[in-house]
Amino acid sequence: MDITLALYLLIAFMIVAAVIAVEAKDLLSSVISVSAAGAGLSIVFLLLGAPDLAITQVVVEVLSLVILIRATVTRKDTTYDLRPNTFAVAGGLVFCALLCAMCYYAFAHMVPFGQPRMTMGLPYLLNTFERTGAANAVMGTILDFRAYDTLGEATVIFASIIGAYVLLRHVGRKPDARHDTHR
Amino acid sequence: MRGMTLIVKTVTSLVSAFILLYGIYVVLYGHLSPGGGFPGGVILACCLILMVLAFGKKFVDDIVSERAPYLWDCVGALAFLGVALVGYYGGSFFYNFLVSPESHQGAAAAVAGNYRLFSSGIILPCNIAIGIKVAACLVGVFAVLSVFRPEPRSEDPTR
Amino acid sequence: MIPFFLSIVLLAVGVYAIACKRNLIKVVIGVMIADYAVNLFLILMGYRTGAGGAPIRTAAADTAEKFAAASVDPLPQALILTSIVIGLGMTALMAALAIRLHEKYGTFDVAEMKKLQG
Repeated sequence: MDITLALYLLIAFMIVAAVIAVEAKDLLSSVISVSAAGAGLSIVFLLLGAPDLAITQVVVEVLSLVILIRATVTRKDTTYDLRPNTFAVAGGLVFCALLCAMCYYAFAHMVPFGQPRMTMGLPYLLNTFERTGAANAVMGTILDFRAYDTLGEATVIFASIIGAYVLLRHVGRKPDARHDTHR
Repeated sequence: MRGMTLIVKTVTSLVSAFILLYGIYVVLYGHLSPGGGFPGGVILACCLILMVLAFGKKFVDDIVSERAPYLWDCVGALAFLGVALVGYYGGSFFYNFLVSPESHQGAAAAVAGNYRLFSSGIILPCNIAIGIKVAACLVGVFAVLSVFRPEPRSEDPTR
Repeated sequence: MIPFFLSIVLLAVGVYAIACKRNLIKVVIGVMIADYAVNLFLILMGYRTGAGGAPIRTAAADTAEKFAAASVDPLPQALILTSIVIGLGMTALMAALAIRLHEKYGTFDVAEMKKLQG
């Protein structure tokens, strides 16, 4: 089944949603647009043969939407009617154009889309079922062949969540910092 | 934090048991169909967050104490590490000690026991540990971000 | 080559938001968009035209060679699974930082915060 047209349409949808998210004046609208881009990414995962990732992306998207709405909806924001800094915007656009041009040149020398080399992927696919007993090759890879990486990932999640706890607690703050609440 | 309207409460009370069941299914059958510990844990966290959002903080306080997410987070992480260390019994860190030794040389005898829930050795306990860990840490983050707010203070000038 | 280039365009949108926006929430959104772009690039590296099945072995593809000839590369999917969940942890930490900064300074504007009169 040829997926090229659907793939291009979905990636174009993601780019449009990302541009709307970056340029929208209302914070709630930009958060919802970013979630639309995430939903488009989940459908792209499904088209490219990765159902594990589609499930994960959808539920992670829902949760980050909840977290971001908690951070933005009840806040007043005062940066709407300020004049944008032209030098910063021009510099940013020039840098992004340079990034796209250099990547275009680099991708011309890379493997073409749809023909990966699969240097490690092929041994994983051939050996997963017999050596680990898992029918899902991705699970066999991350929990048996590459379980050390999964331990590192669990550590990173643990550390970032503890960071969020420490930032938002009220018990251990310094005495002069207990009184700054601009609600 | 108040709950939501009667429609939301009724639908939540009907649906949240199925969401929990689906989350447990995704965690347990991770080695046979798409899913695994990570999406299953996030689905379990979403179910608990749905209950907090629909019924309000007071209702959930009776069921889950404030320290429970932190405790289960650590239990999940230590369980994952424990499963890894028990692999030393088989010879090395994270060794898949529950799969029979012939299968490490790729014999066809291992194929006969596959496609079942209790196949694939170490992967099932690892999935359960990761599912518990991810669910607990996301419920904890949600609780800290939204439920446990400070009391509103009187109007003081800023520094 | 075109799908790779489109994912780099998405990355450029995210990097523009991180570098040129004054609102802290727009910076957080830029980081999320850059995260999506990198995941998209990785999954595009693993796709195989003509053999686009998921790497889940069913009873239909009974030998290992038939299974390996019909499925995509599982290694980028393993890396992206890790990356998606780490992106969620990162979003939670950045949102916590943004809330705490708003509590301290009263605004999300980065230029106001840089004056550092605390």
